[in-house]
Amino acid sequence: MEQLLWLPPHSELGAAIGAAKREPDPVARLQEAIRLTGFRRDFTQTARLDRLAAEALADPTSGALAPLGLTPLRVALLASHTVDHLLPAIRVAGLQRRLALSLHVSPYGLYRQALLGEDAALAAFAPQAVVLALDARDAPLQLPLDAAEAEVDAAVRARVDELRLLWRRARERYAAQVIQQTLVPVDPLLFGAFEALVPASPYALTERLNDAIRRAAREEGVLLMDLAWQAAQGAYGNGLADPVRWHQAKQLVGPELAPLYGDHLARILAAGAGLSRKCLVLDLDNTLWGGVIGDDGLEGIKLGQGSPTGEAFLAFQRYAALLARRGIILAVCSKNDLAVAESVFERHPDMALRRSDIAAFVANWEDKAGNLRRIAQLLDIGLDSLVFVDDNPAERDIVRRELPMVAVPELPDDVAEYPARVAAAGYFEAVAFTADDTARARSYAQNAERKAALSQATDMEGYLRGLQMVLTASAIGPTELPRATQLLNKTNQFNLTTRRYAEAEVARIADDPRSVALALRLADKFGDNGLISVVLARPDPALADDELLIDSWLMSCRVLGRQVESAVLEVLAGAAAEAGYRALIGEYRPTARNGMVAEHYPRLGFEPWPAPAGASDEASFWRYELDGWRPAAHFMEVKRT
Amino acid sequence: MTEAEVLNALTPVFRDVFDDDDIVLTPETTADDIDGWDSQAHVILIVAAEQRFGVKFRTAELESLRNVGHFAQLISAKLKGR
Repeated sequence: MEQLLWLPPHSELGAAIGAAKREPDPVARLQEAIRLTGFRRDFTQTARLDRLAAEALADPTSGALAPLGLTPLRVALLASHTVDHLLPAIRVAGLQRRLALSLHVSPYGLYRQALLGEDAALAAFAPQAVVLALDARDAPLQLPLDAAEAEVDAAVRARVDELRLLWRRARERYAAQVIQQTLVPVDPLLFGAFEALVPASPYALTERLNDAIRRAAREEGVLLMDLAWQAAQGAYGNGLADPVRWHQAKQLVGPELAPLYGDHLARILAAGAGLSRKCLVLDLDNTLWGGVIGDDGLEGIKLGQGSPTGEAFLAFQRYAALLARRGIILAVCSKNDLAVAESVFERHPDMALRRSDIAAFVANWEDKAGNLRRIAQLLDIGLDSLVFVDDNPAERDIVRRELPMVAVPELPDDVAEYPARVAAAGYFEAVAFTADDTARARSYAQNAERKAALSQATDMEGYLRGLQMVLTASAIGPTELPRATQLLNKTNQFNLTTRRYAEAEVARIADDPRSVALALRLADKFGDNGLISVVLARPDPALADDELLIDSWLMSCRVLGRQVESAVLEVLAGAAAEAGYRALIGEYRPTARNGMVAEHYPRLGFEPWPAPAGASDEASFWRYELDGWRPAAHFMEVKRT
Repeated sequence: MTEAEVLNALTPVFRDVFDDDDIVLTPETTADDIDGWDSQAHVILIVAAEQRFGVKFRTAELESLRNVGHFAQLISAKLKGR
């Protein structure tokens, strides 16, 4: 079965892998392997790419990975079916999504013992994520076929309570993010269409279990590897639960589908590490409507009810509009006359997308790579946050070559299949959904207005005053926890240490009375920006008792250049002084993406300070005396709640 | 395809699966002769061969594979049977 259809095909992938094998330097080999993971690949090619990368990845803490922009992550797989043959594909999909994965597999079928008992190997591995890869054949519920509904419900509840116990163990022991795989229905029907009307029929039981697992996962902050849904959607064809592979090797997922399974898992792990894409950039002619607006005019383009083609384009617009509603930023990148292109959004009655849905609208006759760079700049996001959708294969090819960090899905000929293709690629995998997400599209549009205001204001100070900003600081409590964790895990640029924490870990720091854990919201005259900055400061055994370590400090790039950091320092310093500390110790850990905050601490008046024992080599440390500190200049009202 | 032709066509499949361009197959080659040919690699090999030749092995056939010659013989017979 053809898989990973969104990745472009490579004419000679096997030969390219062979050539890369002859490269003597392991890091250069890894780099070429990463490049090749971006092409459509079958399971043997995927396994060969894994071998290509293996030597350089053996020590993920070595400095070699940092320049390649890979985030190391330790993942334990606890499974009730064989997963060993899937590991190369999981690692390779990780590389494609910028993760350097170390995998640990507990012995087959012993997932309960691994979490409930003492598993020294697992403890030594110290997983940051634990995947419970279970299947429907595992520990079947022992119910008679004629069991009453109440009996079935009780048995399902008992099984899911057992899972909750395992999830909590994984979290308490390892502070690991738990990912639970749903159960793929494998049993042939006993009753035919009547199956679901018999509560204890095998198929109905699997459905009920999945339903209960999903609800429990939401309550417990567990993520889902929803293989049952993927199977129902046909993503795996007939390749899941092949009885021959089951009898032969207890494989739920056949070797040939390893690349797809690997990607489905890696995209969740990548999302947890803040590596999901943030922005969908759309071409216009023959992507959002049929025809060329400059040639065909407003009446000539195909869009909307009345023609099958017009409906297909409309359906793709609606999908993009829904992505915006869930917090994906939309942008336009088109070779067009700006006024002509904008007129479609303003005047065509069938447009599902409005001009105000588009946060950055770039239409001109320049090359698209340059325009994509401009879009990233306008939105203050990295190029690696962009997904670029263009019907023109030549444009796709050029952008892939010029900007390999931009995701450019390979598209089917028929626009009717665009929504499914973009969805299947998993660029926008989420690990949370908060009220701030729904407001984000509006917020980016408002930012465009702010930029317009800036160009009108004669001076910076006047502009900042005119914004009438109000910064609200709260100690991180249950209300702030989900969004604060989300921000910690997805902020890459304005992030001093890029420490990623699961919700439980953030809660642990926030609940410590000696810590200062702040969530900061910013409102201005254009609207509420939501929670835009998080600071976690805590005492550290390597420091003196009266020194407070700034473990994490990050901010959404939406509010850059507004001196928010000065106001945040004022809140932090005040809270630390009140708690009896005499100094703040700031830490900067460089990554491939956080160069913009290299001078953050000196800019705020911190002095260079020697690194404490055990600190990483690349990190720099900074000290801020709290005796006689003065609030820095800024232009916002600060509220504490 | 004759058994010899299948054997020839199996060579690149083995080379890809074991990522080793030096593999040379004879009818007598067994798992002991090839580095990394364990039970997991065996399943992968079976699936790779199924895809290469467009055939499907029965559960019972998987248990009886003795060597590469036997493997080629089985594939050749399946291709003739179509």
